[in-house]
Amino acid sequence: MKIRNILDELKKPFEKGQKLEKLYPAFDAFETFLFVPNHTSKTGAHIRDAIDLKRVMITVIIALLPALFYGIYNTGYQYLVQLPESFTTVDAIIHGSYKIIPMIAVSYIVGLSIEFLFAILRGHQVNEGYLVTGLLIPMIMPVDIPLWMVGVSVAFAVVIGKEAFGGTGMNILNPALTARAFAFFAYPTYMSGNQVWVSEASNVDGVSGETILGMLAAGNSPGQYSVMEMFVGSIPGSIAETSTLMVLIGAIILIYTGIGSWRIMLGGIIGAAITGILFNLWGANALMSFNWMNHLIVGGFAFGIVFMATDPVSASQTVKGKWIYGILVGILCILIRVFNPAYPEGVMLAILLMNVFAPTIDHYVIESNVKKREKRLINQLKTA
Amino acid sequence: MSKDIRIKKGLSINIKGTADKKIEKLPLANTYALNLNDFHLIVPKLIKKENQTIKRGEPIFYSKTNENLLFVSPISGKIKEIVRGERRKIINIIIESDGEDDFIKNKPLNFKNSTASDIKKHLLKSGLWPFFKQRPFDIIADPNLKPKSIHVSCFDSAPLSVDFEFILKDNIDLFKTGLDALEILCPDNLNLGLKKSQNFLINELSDYNFTVFDGPHPSGNVGVQIHHINPINSGDVVWIVKPEDIITIGGFLKTGEFCPNRTIAVSGPPVKNPMYFKTRVGAKLNSILNHINFNDESNLRIINGDVLSGYKVKSDGFLGYYNNNLSVLKEGNNYRMFGWIPFINNEVPSIYKTSFSWLSNNKPKEYDTNLNGEERAFVATGEMESVFPMDVYPMQLVKECLIGDIEKMEKLGIYEVSPEDFGLIDYSSSSKIEAQTIIREGLDYLYKETQ
Repeated sequence: MKIRNILDELKKPFEKGQKLEKLYPAFDAFETFLFVPNHTSKTGAHIRDAIDLKRVMITVIIALLPALFYGIYNTGYQYLVQLPESFTTVDAIIHGSYKIIPMIAVSYIVGLSIEFLFAILRGHQVNEGYLVTGLLIPMIMPVDIPLWMVGVSVAFAVVIGKEAFGGTGMNILNPALTARAFAFFAYPTYMSGNQVWVSEASNVDGVSGETILGMLAAGNSPGQYSVMEMFVGSIPGSIAETSTLMVLIGAIILIYTGIGSWRIMLGGIIGAAITGILFNLWGANALMSFNWMNHLIVGGFAFGIVFMATDPVSASQTVKGKWIYGILVGILCILIRVFNPAYPEGVMLAILLMNVFAPTIDHYVIESNVKKREKRLINQLKTA
Repeated sequence: MSKDIRIKKGLSINIKGTADKKIEKLPLANTYALNLNDFHLIVPKLIKKENQTIKRGEPIFYSKTNENLLFVSPISGKIKEIVRGERRKIINIIIESDGEDDFIKNKPLNFKNSTASDIKKHLLKSGLWPFFKQRPFDIIADPNLKPKSIHVSCFDSAPLSVDFEFILKDNIDLFKTGLDALEILCPDNLNLGLKKSQNFLINELSDYNFTVFDGPHPSGNVGVQIHHINPINSGDVVWIVKPEDIITIGGFLKTGEFCPNRTIAVSGPPVKNPMYFKTRVGAKLNSILNHINFNDESNLRIINGDVLSGYKVKSDGFLGYYNNNLSVLKEGNNYRMFGWIPFINNEVPSIYKTSFSWLSNNKPKEYDTNLNGEERAFVATGEMESVFPMDVYPMQLVKECLIGDIEKMEKLGIYEVSPEDFGLIDYSSSSKIEAQTIIREGLDYLYKETQ
């Protein structure tokens, strides 16, 4: 094992009592990226499962890839289809890559730098959570957002959204959504309206960039889009959120591997469907009468409920709580869409709001368990 | 009288090298030891000193908190060494056998006409009390407290499980004698936990109050059984005794002779001839290991107990006081390149389907001791609940133990659990959390603050 020997040699200055001791977390991150360490169980169970946080995170990334690849293609497609010239799929992918790969790079460079810095300052290992967050952030941004805004949003999300609470595992809000919410409120002109959802829509005449939900909120009919297009995702929107089909593939990967919570996903769909059906019956405006099934496949709902709401740290942590949390995310998402024309897409705010309430949900779930135990004691004292 | 309980949550881990149902009676070992690690929270006060001679059944030390609680020698000979650790804390008491196996002859007790307190005194005096453990706290039972119930789990569901039916079969009469005594100690509330497939025991023990369990590990953990039969409330004390120790108790009551036999299953992937041996508690391990052939003798880990909740012991160490299994694993102190990527290293088993290992789940597998990752912050949630078949929220309880909030620990059900119930949580944690250690420390803290 040649690489192993080189690593062992390189490791020496980072070990305890050596010059670069403080930088050990950074070295450790690279070393454990290459090799699963030779650590054996010291206390507790002697055997351990093959799963670790790296594997959990990489599985989520794999689940995200179909949506990312489709998002890259769709970014190019939405732009080129509005131009008079003909184009090929390759053209679309090239245009999309040109727009999106720099965003991903900025997100990882800024985010990981901050993560490494905090790991070194706090003397703990670099947690792998940012690998997912760093990919999610560009995926949920509008395509034309300037790179520096991506960088600032990432910095805000990692420092204020995560590290301020103590780092991975301690944050209350989903860091990726924190980044998006920050950008949304800090740079609204780049994050909303009908000019931002298609590449170059604000620069090139004749290219319009309105989402289906935007049209509905404005009282217009999204008649030019078929249900099939909404499902496959060849519609304008944030980079990787448009394709329900690709999100579904991701969901299958997450559920099959046991990494993502199907309870939250199913709960969300149930919540959104019921709310959608009720509004269909009411039908007072365009968004209310928008078919409830279409509500599930347009906008960021599918992406949000599969990849953002299931974030184990910011979601409810008890099994019962996950159901309640998922259902409420679904209900709130449709409520915000229908009742608040300023925010035609409700899923971001719905998830963030439920992130805040997730500990409360868990509290009541656990409280009912505590009550049960107290009741048992009282019954025993009565019979004694 | 019996009822059936089906345990749904949990996980049966199928490891290569389960002991064959063959048994060999071993001759006396040269040395034996009482390992204080086995007697959690007991502070010993020595009665015998180094180089003094001792008979089997003669007290070596008593508990500092209760001088009636005696610990006796499993063998006759002389005290060879009292091994001390930091601050002169006693770790091990090593006894050299003289080969005579002289023992102290007590009068047999006609216990059927005795009261509970007579039996208790008799067992305490003769050194059999350490076989009684209690919940909460998972320590040796306090003889001064009145138990709500006594529970005996007659099957093992842990990986490389011991077949207690096989162990009990030959001594079923003594086992019943022991059970009769336990019934007097806690009238109307002796509970046995049996497994569906134990036809012999279900038949033989029909006069006793038993529950038939079905389901994956930890259905054989006595704590899980108590939780489903008659859960422990704040203020309750429940006693637990292990099956083979009931034979020892039965034998003692019948003959007056203390003979702590231990049938031990030596098992694990590196063991070529996994099988049972009959020896005595505290026997020097090499007296057993000499009869074992290994595939590769270097780099092994020997465990007193099962691979989830046992403790590591050196090959020149001694058999534990309570365990019926001696598990052997290969140390996993090797690097695996890019082993964290899903579907790489499929030979490492996983409960998640991020590896193809689940395709061959029916086949016993080679497990080693690699941590398969580094410790991280709590991230994945819900995984603990899926392997924890009690109406207790394990992750929240672990967190409160870390914080040390006694009130919340009590509310969340700390009295119902013991570290071994968290073995599967250690195993399956993606953040490599040491839940058993955390729970043990939580229980110790609670004990210190409340007793």
